[in-house]
Amino acid sequence: MPDAATDAARDWPDQIYALLKEHDIRQVALVPDAGHSRLIKRCLADNDMKVATLTTEEEGIAMLFGAWLGGEKGVLLMQSSGVGNCINMLSVPISHRTPCPMIVTMRGDYGEFNPFQVPMGNATQTVLEAMGTLVKRADAPEDVAPTVNATLRLAFNTYRPTATLIGQRVIGAKTFGK
Amino acid sequence: MTDIPLGASGRMKRRDLVKALLADRGKLLAIGGLGAPAWDITAAGDVPENMPLWGGMGGAAMMGLGLALAQPDRPVAVITGDGEMLMGIGSLATIGVKQPRNLAIIVLDNEHYGETGMQETATRHGVDLATMAKGAGIADTRLVTQPEEVAALRAAIHAGAGPLFAQVKIDESSEPLVLPPREASILQARMREAILGKAAHLQ
Repeated sequence: MPDAATDAARDWPDQIYALLKEHDIRQVALVPDAGHSRLIKRCLADNDMKVATLTTEEEGIAMLFGAWLGGEKGVLLMQSSGVGNCINMLSVPISHRTPCPMIVTMRGDYGEFNPFQVPMGNATQTVLEAMGTLVKRADAPEDVAPTVNATLRLAFNTYRPTATLIGQRVIGAKTFGK
Repeated sequence: MTDIPLGASGRMKRRDLVKALLADRGKLLAIGGLGAPAWDITAAGDVPENMPLWGGMGGAAMMGLGLALAQPDRPVAVITGDGEMLMGIGSLATIGVKQPRNLAIIVLDNEHYGETGMQETATRHGVDLATMAKGAGIADTRLVTQPEEVAALRAAIHAGAGPLFAQVKIDESSEPLVLPPREASILQARMREAILGKAAHLQ
């Protein structure tokens, strides 16, 4: 019988999806990342979720603000490079005191192959925290669900931007065949 | 509505235009983009159904999308400037894909960055926002230049047959500041209460 860690290694995207349902998330804003591909498929298949594929990540910060004005909860899915695009727009949920949960898959982390991913990946947590975001990291599969749950609870209970960073050790590094 | 006065340029004056668009507004929710459009919607009436923006440049249209998706039975008008729209121009593609029927984006195009010293925007040099919106898949796309066209635009905002994009050429002269509350938690809370009732504060 598989242990909990083995289940989590396989199922963490499905566990995030279950949490989005539990928290009644109705709007999902995203810029795709390979690490989020399974979760994105689950969201797209859900008729109760309105999924918007963005042209740039800060659109999602704005969209989640609009959703909250109208009484709907949303979440932003992106990779770490996209966090850099969000910086000034984070002034919107901070100043209005509105929830803004983000689930970020890391690049430029363990085992990165592409040099261009390293600067933003290395700065992701620092930049988010500099903009008043509560950041929690998950570096083992079994930590993903509790960490995402905390990110959603902190956002909707305390009205602020929050983020889970899912480490590259969980996702696996893209090696380009090397 | 044909009495919207024209400025020295021969184009419509922004305050009168916005007042006409928001007249008898019913259930209309309005987002005013950073800068003069936020003051314009406030001058038309500082009501809870307004979200005047003090920041988040480039985000107004996407805020409109999130709100329109959350409240599909209420018309939502994003009233913003050409500079603000240009900063978030990619959001037209995002909105074009989602096709929210209750969302109207009205760009008050004075061809300048009015809050920062009247530097010229790209629209001054021929960039055509209406054509860009059309290319993004927004079928009802209008270039509005005459007061006689405003009544039809106002009706279309309420009709729920969107998404709608209107680029309205306006006079570049500035109007007196009419400021909404600057504490943004008040702005969001009063709008949420207007939409959701007191339950908004217990969500």
